[in-house]
Amino acid sequence: MDQLKLPSYLEQSDAVRDRFERMKKRPVTLQVKNLNKEFDTPQGKVTALKNINFETYKREFVCVIGPSGCGKSTLIRILAGLETQSSGEVLLDGEAVSGPGPDRGMVFQGYTLFPWLSVKDNVMFGLEMSGHSKAASEEQAFQWIDLVGLGKFKNAYPHQLSGGMKQRVAIARALANQPRILLMDEPFGALDAQTRAKMQSYLHEIWKNIDITILFITHDLDEAVFLADRVLVLKANPGEVQEVIEVPVPHPRSPDQILQPEFLATRKRLEELIHPPEADTGINEDHLNMVRMVRVDNEVESVF
Amino acid sequence: MMMISKLFAVNTKLGGRQRLTMSVFSFVLPLLVWSLVSYVPFIWHPKVEIHSAGDVSYFKQGLLIDREIFDREVETAISESKSVPEGKPANPVYLPAPHEVATALYTAFTTEPKRRSEKWLHESLWDSIQVIFWGFVISSLFGVPLGILAGTYDVFAKLFEPFIEFFRYLPAPAFGALAVAVLGIYDAPKIAIIFIGTFFQQVLVVSNTTRKLDPALLEAAMTLGAKKLTLLFRVVVPGIITHLYKDLRLLLGWAWTYLIVAELIGTSSGITWFITQQARYKNFDNVFAAIIIIGIIGLTTDLVLAAIGRKIFPWEKGLAKA
Ligand SMILES: Nc1ncnc2c1ncn2[C@@H]1O[C@H](COP(=O)(O)OP(=O)(O)OP(=O)(O)O)[C@@H](O)[C@H]1O
Ligand SMILES: [Mg+2]
Repeated sequence: MDQLKLPSYLEQSDAVRDRFERMKKRPVTLQVKNLNKEFDTPQGKVTALKNINFETYKREFVCVIGPSGCGKSTLIRILAGLETQSSGEVLLDGEAVSGPGPDRGMVFQGYTLFPWLSVKDNVMFGLEMSGHSKAASEEQAFQWIDLVGLGKFKNAYPHQLSGGMKQRVAIARALANQPRILLMDEPFGALDAQTRAKMQSYLHEIWKNIDITILFITHDLDEAVFLADRVLVLKANPGEVQEVIEVPVPHPRSPDQILQPEFLATRKRLEELIHPPEADTGINEDHLNMVRMVRVDNEVESVF
Repeated sequence: MMMISKLFAVNTKLGGRQRLTMSVFSFVLPLLVWSLVSYVPFIWHPKVEIHSAGDVSYFKQGLLIDREIFDREVETAISESKSVPEGKPANPVYLPAPHEVATALYTAFTTEPKRRSEKWLHESLWDSIQVIFWGFVISSLFGVPLGILAGTYDVFAKLFEPFIEFFRYLPAPAFGALAVAVLGIYDAPKIAIIFIGTFFQQVLVVSNTTRKLDPALLEAAMTLGAKKLTLLFRVVVPGIITHLYKDLRLLLGWAWTYLIVAELIGTSSGITWFITQQARYKNFDNVFAAIIIIGIIGLTTDLVLAAIGRKIFPWEKGLAKA
């Protein structure tokens, strides 16, 4: 990849630049202001998030990426209201949020479908919570189930579904409430590469067709570049915003774009931010203490 | 060799046929041991059943006598050239042979009670079942909701659990005399003993089960707009119900263990009355029959409940696998 001459990730084609300009004129859906989060642990205070500021525009797709333990889950859990910040503000359409609510949908990495409910009843759950009648909920649920392509499975129980299908139900269940923002914490992390790629395309397709803003956490660089309008890069210890990257890859996205120069350039930049080169030379606390443990007369002397 | 290593593979389920074979064995093996001890004379048989007394004055036909004494009397008789007593090796009266118990299983139901006021075996059994049923139902009526509350809300956990932890160490039978004083001598104090024996464990077991519910399910429900009581009734309760059902099956087994003490309180009644009565007459085949009947009732109830569980919780099959 290094020998390839890549453009800068900051270079945008006219169409892309135009699109970003128009996007930034849209209303702000989610605004995060000076957000801090500290955890009290037996070892003392841990700063998980420090002075996080960013905003998402209506119908934007934002990916959050960062090394393990940088506070991605903490951030999204605060946005969902499942965790409270130590200081700072989260505004949804200009109003401060507190506690979880149906205006922010959430899809978790683990499968959190209700095992005692069929696919249909899982999707109806939120609708019934918000006071829809059974009949109305059912009708809407069917639409969402069809949207994620699981019409045939509406009466199946979660344990009868594959991992990818479960996450599609989880997406339908979150979308059925018509939230203003969909929060996703590594939703495809447990899926195999092929299913994952398919799910990314599905999600993109869904996002294009309905009125939803998406905040999507991942640690997969390709996933971030493929899906996002902008990528929020966090760094660890403490979790801070390192850079917000406008992805110069034009829309509509397709898996073939993975070899385009804009894609590769963005990916390279993310790589540099997340795995900085000095990390290899600097003090590395978790290196392996390797001792040769192969007998001298082993028939395979060296694996090379 | 392959077969054997397969049979003992860790964390692997046996196939359907093997499983059935093993289940049959689990009953056949104890039965086999019992039969061996009963029918093969040289294994145990510490007694001799007298057939003819000979010239030994205190021997009577049908009498069970220690083998050593019998041998001694035989020697004496031979040396004094008197008529030699005869008999065959036998087990003590408290270990009847399988076929005797099998017969008793039938005759116990068909034998008329000795006295007018006494009950048939099936009537005694029905009494026992009612005592268990009411003791368990009343306990569950309070124990299950309290357990779920304590498992869901820390306030209730801190409020209920310390006292219950203390109380569960108090042996239920110790409340027998008190229960009779308060509730009279008939079924009420017996039901109370079953209640005391079950309730306190039940609250703790149910609260523990409730706490094991995956918190991610509660979080998911909250992001979908579920609040307070809906969380409790639409997520916590259905989320634990299959485990709760299993707990209740287990606890029902414990309730049976309190039955014998409970029925000795006040006027002795039910299956316990039958057992003590028969033991007094030294009809140990009937005693064994009664004990086996309790086992059969217990196991059958559990199997029926398990089958009902599979019917009413159609999603459970997959959970067991996962
Ligand atoms: N409940 C908690 N109590 C104490 N510390 C916590 C808690 N939750 C998270 N942390 C700490 O906060 C930091 C960020 O955790 P978080 O789970 O948000 O990271 P992450 O970016 O999602 O990591 P990963 O990529 O592995 O999912 C970590 O150092 C973690 O140890
Ligand atoms: Mg995480």
